[in-house]
Amino acid sequence: MGGRLRVLIAKPGLDGHDRGAKVVALALRDAGVEVIYTGLHQQVDRIAAVALAESVDVVALSILSGAHLSLTRKLVASLDALGIRGEVKVVVGGAIPPPDVARLLELGVARVFPTGTPLGEIVKWFGALERRSAA
Amino acid sequence: MSAWDEQRRAWEAELARRPAPPASTSSGISVDPLYAPGAAGEGRDLSGIGFPGQYPYTRGLHPSGYRGKLWTFRQYAGFGTAEDANARYRFLLEQGQTGLSVALDLPTQMGFDSDDPRVEEEVGRVGVAIDTLDDMEVIFAGLPLDRVSTSFTINGTAAILLAMYLAVCEKQRVPSGKINGTIQNDILKEYVARGTWIYPAAPSIRLIVDTIEHCAAHAPNFNALSVAGAHFRDAGCNAVQEMGYTLADAVAYVQACVDRGMNVDAIARQISFFFYTHMDFFEEVAKYRAGRRLWAKIMRERFGAKDPRSWMFRFGCVCGGSTLTAQQPMNNVVRVSYELLAAVLGGVQSVFTAAYDEAFALPTEATAELSLRTQQVLAYETGVPAVADPLGGSWYVEDLTDRMEAAIAALLERIDGMGGMVRAVEQGVIQREIAQEAFRQQKRIESGEKVIVGVNRFAKPEEPQLALYEPDPRIRERQVARLAEVKRRRDGAAVRQALDGLRATARGTGNLMPPLLACARAYCTVGEMNGVLVDVFGRFQEPTSV
Repeated sequence: MGGRLRVLIAKPGLDGHDRGAKVVALALRDAGVEVIYTGLHQQVDRIAAVALAESVDVVALSILSGAHLSLTRKLVASLDALGIRGEVKVVVGGAIPPPDVARLLELGVARVFPTGTPLGEIVKWFGALERRSAA
Repeated sequence: MSAWDEQRRAWEAELARRPAPPASTSSGISVDPLYAPGAAGEGRDLSGIGFPGQYPYTRGLHPSGYRGKLWTFRQYAGFGTAEDANARYRFLLEQGQTGLSVALDLPTQMGFDSDDPRVEEEVGRVGVAIDTLDDMEVIFAGLPLDRVSTSFTINGTAAILLAMYLAVCEKQRVPSGKINGTIQNDILKEYVARGTWIYPAAPSIRLIVDTIEHCAAHAPNFNALSVAGAHFRDAGCNAVQEMGYTLADAVAYVQACVDRGMNVDAIARQISFFFYTHMDFFEEVAKYRAGRRLWAKIMRERFGAKDPRSWMFRFGCVCGGSTLTAQQPMNNVVRVSYELLAAVLGGVQSVFTAAYDEAFALPTEATAELSLRTQQVLAYETGVPAVADPLGGSWYVEDLTDRMEAAIAALLERIDGMGGMVRAVEQGVIQREIAQEAFRQQKRIESGEKVIVGVNRFAKPEEPQLALYEPDPRIRERQVARLAEVKRRRDGAAVRQALDGLRATARGTGNLMPPLLACARAYCTVGEMNGVLVDVFGRFQEPTSV
């Protein structure tokens, strides 16, 4: 189908630090990406439901509470339950200790952007993705 | 022509030959390459700055600065279960820390119990889990609450946690006049920048006014409100916005108290402030001097406070936060040291120096100790605390203080023009301004215009591996077992009666602190009390446009 890449930026769990999520949202929007931002305190199954309803290409989780492994595992399971696990890439950003990067990748995460990742690097990574064909 | 004028002209001519590149503070206030007296050698008129301990307190709150009393070393700490937190607090007090600062986990901050399946991954993570008074009793077991002041970073559920703390002080038989500490209790900045909001603005502000009223009457040395700009700052705004939004929040809270018919002098001492100290050194010093002066004027002129203590801007701060980098993390020790010096030269009352591994995880015991030592070295080895406001009278610092004050006052006026802070926050205006500023700052970093050592200059491909704090995977299991035991032991009828009393008061207009205290004493859980309040008050609707 082509068209603009659609990205859902989501804050799962109770963590309220949304600077990173909002700055990345503004940067991606500047780069021509269609960005949907969920707001705070989202339950993981709701994030997956929005991903389905909005037919997004990427779900970008922003987590600074230390709960990234468990929340990511739950999101991947929710996407699976909705049958869109193969179509939607998951990326994670936030306060991710180096040893957990590999653990997240093992859960099926496409890319991890720990705090300190240059914005340009994030934008470039998204820029290389293509809009999936709408089913 | 005097010798002075000749020297000045020669300097100006030299400068014209080799123009200095423009420079500005992080808030965008342009700065000259030199500040000096004007023509004929006369100094600027400094009569307006007054003396320390005198209105408008530009030079600090105490006549002899820190000679009488150092600032409080207050390290933010807490994780795991009540026993884990108690052990860390004992360690910090033994190492010479002088005040406690309790970090609570997110379920406690958001009103969930540890056995709630919706929050299982967050129990005991970013702070200690508190479900009932029983946890408070264990956290503070053996700690001298009549001598140590205790600060809680708690907002959405602040009234609930205050009730529990007052109940634990009752149990330890601490006289009410000796209960000393702070709850943050600043909901407006939660809506904007920190996110642990629960109820809509009106009932949230009612709860805040209730706590202020209750403490003024029953625990007069406890600060029921710490108006916090820190989180605006860490969310990405600049120093002028940080101080401006914070004073605008404080104005909204004082107005709410006045609207309830309270005397401003009866409640002013319940209010303190809290900020981040970032890296633009002189701007941070000037920010605190300007904020202190402006608040004194607001309290005296706008609210008509008569008691000099009501005019005093008392504040704590964090050194660290978003200025700390994941790259070359040891550099953070240096950053925190400079920030601490700026805060102290700005006249701070209490400081939390963050640990250098903050960008990754909670501090280990070793990194937490180093950040406490950073304060002790400044306090005891450098001689800095010997003289009050040592930068007072500096042409640059006084000029910058004046210009910061003018910029902050202009921002306050703009927010007044929008109908006040509550309205601006409900409409998402402040949220958007901060996100835009954060994005602007990030672009300055990416372009190299703003240099961060080890990040966009002097970066190295290989980073050292730190030994990081690893959370105990059994925290939740242990905490849920504790909670089950409390629920088994407590008097179920008393719990129901206390919760019914809370519901009845919430539906009316009475002060909610007495029924919350009754709930705390009956070992009701945070989740049970919050559940009643959500039933009656509903939830805040977040404006999510960015």
